[in-house]
Amino acid sequence: MTAAIDAHELTRRFGNFTAVDAITFEVQAGEVFGFLGANGAGKTTAIKMLIGLLAPTSGTARVAEFDVTTDAESVRSHIGYMSQRFSLYDDLTVRENITLYGGIYGLTDAEIRDRGDGLIGRLHLEDAADARVQSLPLGWKQKLAFSVALLHRPAVVFLDEPTGGVDPITRRQFWDMIYDAAEDGTTILVTTHYLDEAEYCDRISIMVDGRIAAMGTPSEVKGRFGAASLDEVFLELVRPQSVSAVQHA
Amino acid sequence: MREARSGSDRRSALRAFVIKELHHIVRDRQTLTILLLLPLAMVVLFGFALRNDISEVRIGIVDASPDAATIALRNRLSGNPRLSIVAVAPTADIVEPLFRRGDADIALVFPVGFAESLSRGTAARLLLISDASDPNTASMMAAYVNAVIASYAADRGVNRQSVQIVPQFRMRYNPTLKSVNLFVPGLIALVLTLVTALMTAISLSREKERGTLEILLVSPLRPWQIIVGKVMPYLLLAFGNVITALLAAWLVFNVPFRGSLMLLLGSSVLFAMVGLALGVLIAALTASQRAAMLGALVVTMLPNTLLSGLIFPIASLPGWLQAITYFVPARWFIVIARGIMLKGVGMSNLWKEHVILVVMLVVLFTAAVRSFKARLA
Amino acid sequence: MSDQPLVVNAVTKRFGATIALDQVSLDMRPAELFGLVGPDGAGKTTLFRILTTLLIPDSGSATVLGLDVVKDLWAIRARVGYMPGRFSLYPDLSVDENLRFFASVFGTSIDEGRAMIEPIYKQLEPFKDRRAGALSGGMKQKLALCCALVHRPDILFLDEPTTGVDAVSRREFWDLLDTFKASGLSILVSTAYMDEATRCDRVALMQQGRVLAVDKPSVIAARYPRPLLAVHAAERHALLQILRAYPHAASVYPFGDNLHYSDSRADLSAETIAAEIRTFLATQSVSDVRVAPIAPSVEDAFMELMGSPAEPVEVAA
Repeated sequence: MTAAIDAHELTRRFGNFTAVDAITFEVQAGEVFGFLGANGAGKTTAIKMLIGLLAPTSGTARVAEFDVTTDAESVRSHIGYMSQRFSLYDDLTVRENITLYGGIYGLTDAEIRDRGDGLIGRLHLEDAADARVQSLPLGWKQKLAFSVALLHRPAVVFLDEPTGGVDPITRRQFWDMIYDAAEDGTTILVTTHYLDEAEYCDRISIMVDGRIAAMGTPSEVKGRFGAASLDEVFLELVRPQSVSAVQHA
Repeated sequence: MREARSGSDRRSALRAFVIKELHHIVRDRQTLTILLLLPLAMVVLFGFALRNDISEVRIGIVDASPDAATIALRNRLSGNPRLSIVAVAPTADIVEPLFRRGDADIALVFPVGFAESLSRGTAARLLLISDASDPNTASMMAAYVNAVIASYAADRGVNRQSVQIVPQFRMRYNPTLKSVNLFVPGLIALVLTLVTALMTAISLSREKERGTLEILLVSPLRPWQIIVGKVMPYLLLAFGNVITALLAAWLVFNVPFRGSLMLLLGSSVLFAMVGLALGVLIAALTASQRAAMLGALVVTMLPNTLLSGLIFPIASLPGWLQAITYFVPARWFIVIARGIMLKGVGMSNLWKEHVILVVMLVVLFTAAVRSFKARLA
Repeated sequence: MSDQPLVVNAVTKRFGATIALDQVSLDMRPAELFGLVGPDGAGKTTLFRILTTLLIPDSGSATVLGLDVVKDLWAIRARVGYMPGRFSLYPDLSVDENLRFFASVFGTSIDEGRAMIEPIYKQLEPFKDRRAGALSGGMKQKLALCCALVHRPDILFLDEPTTGVDAVSRREFWDLLDTFKASGLSILVSTAYMDEATRCDRVALMQQGRVLAVDKPSVIAARYPRPLLAVHAAERHALLQILRAYPHAASVYPFGDNLHYSDSRADLSAETIAAEIRTFLATQSVSDVRVAPIAPSVEDAFMELMGSPAEPVEVAA
């Protein structure tokens, strides 16, 4: 079975600086993959290449079976994307956002209406459907943004720190939504700074200085480093000398 | 697996995008208001108000030997609705002060024995001097007066033969009627406004948007200190711009400079400070950088180009618009700059304009400091 | 009373129809590391703005270092260090230039503040001539902290200083805060990360403008009202459904590798319930099962105190 995401020696250089250094990994359909790394490790650059926004310097990647270098446009129309910094237009209403993204991804008016109604019902946003997105609390915005990213039923969805600043209950509801989508066969690649969320993933990778320093299921990764938590693994990889301090915690 | 996107998919995507943009525009009330009212205002201004024709010509008469003909011509002139005689004197030494004060547009000097020349049929040389610091209007005015004179001559010629009135034109202050001489003072005003009002408005509102302003507020700095600190570099920049503009005008275009350089530089600094105060006020009153920029353009650049006398003479504006120009700082600065550069006048003739600018500065600066609150709300 | 670095008394603040702060009260002890813990919309930033004299409360009062936030604003502004949310330094100035600027704004110099900022500055020193905009997220936050401390304030206000920063830099940041607290500085810091609550001396849990609890984190956690278990199985998602359907389940939430299960029967001991669940799960099709009682964390307590998440449409929408 072809992988939903397939990167091979994917590299990106900016002048002398190598932001992403020949990373290789695969994500199967329906997997929830945690793409982790410190700030500046190259995560954002790697994701930009995978979603067809940035051309690789060398190496290849296929997302939803399209090549990101030669067929970036097809990649972009077959994936969903949601980031913390930007997801929906604040000065448009819930319904208007749905109509907009539905239209952009080529859904018919009937599809937009049906799927939009379904989305609003599932999130219990009936009373807020005509309110501007900026008036919604953050947790609702994020849940809505995720649902809108799924509107055109993409094969792969990229989530960039989707739950920053959201309350702990809504965070978990968000992850329930992620699991539901994964069960439907959608592949999810998510980045997060919450290391407990990393544990929710089927598999994770940790990037350090442009390379993938660890990859596997959360238990595999912890086992390999003899760590009780991913926090310890992270610390070991990013600041090797401070491990001894952690082991008291 | 979906098929590749069809043509109708692309069209619907386009349609969705256009609708979204319309939503954005309609919901940004501040910007929308400006964008709708601005063209309307400009159409009204250009259509009704801004004209290059003349409404009034003020004439100073020098008549050493009044006789029947000079009086007849003078009456013909003052009888014309567009002409008014502002002074009559026997010698030519009233002309220069009239021009320097800006009290007359044209001076008409009658030769001695005017009536006699006419009745003998010899050429009577009439001297027609225009204040050509504004060369466009000067030519039009001179032509108009000349036409009135010619019609008088034609009427007399019905009764006698060969009446010859030969007007001789002099363009004072700008003998070659160079437009650049007209524009340079105004351009200095424009450049100063750009650097001061527009740039301060943008710089301050950017500080607000970025969030660094919050930290500056939670410090011993008082609002006026923040304001002065912010605008000081633009003042220096503006000063440098004046000098380069003057150098360019002088070296490249040979624009005359007949007055005091120090006075012009001082006046420029005064005008620049007015612009800075205005920029700060706009930044304090607007919510975003974009609104600040638009606001600065509408409140400063537009009046400075259209209503300051830079292009369209104030004298030909309708009364209500002329009243508005009193509030345009550039209007006063252009009078000052033209006076100094082209007429060589000094403070004694320009003190009124300076006082007005100082008053504007005080009012705007106070308002700016007041509106730049020490708190966020 | 006047030696308390901070006292907030029933402060309320509204923005239009939204109530940002609703009768919020709390106080700080000297040299305390006090945390405001809560998600976006809790009112943390509004509270910070009132305490740094940038906003005036609609009702209630507050004093900082014994000075009233409404009347004595200039006295307060000279003595506090403030780090607002989002990176708000000058990206086109270098590290040193930013520091020099903020030092001079407060009438001091880098040399005078050197001793105080030394622990952070030595991490920044290799980059001292680099443009602030070119620093990584963690470094930016350290620089911002430096700039807030360079004038040796008597109290420090940090609004979500670790948001968007990776786990390792966050840890280092809190290590730095411990150093400063040890030197006698009072620090009020806000965060949306529940795990950072345990690094504070005391915390105020906030949600939608209200304070849910104020106390030491361990005390708040211990007040969790029901027996709590950590349950693990290889099939996490299936386990979640199974436990949620269990008749005595009060709440079941994922917590990293485990699920936290709380039981509605508060009279039973955790060990008893653990044994019961173990037996129950043996009959289900899940493998690698581990069940053990667990001490509640601040996050458990927060979710309990929260009740339900915010409604999408607020009071007077």
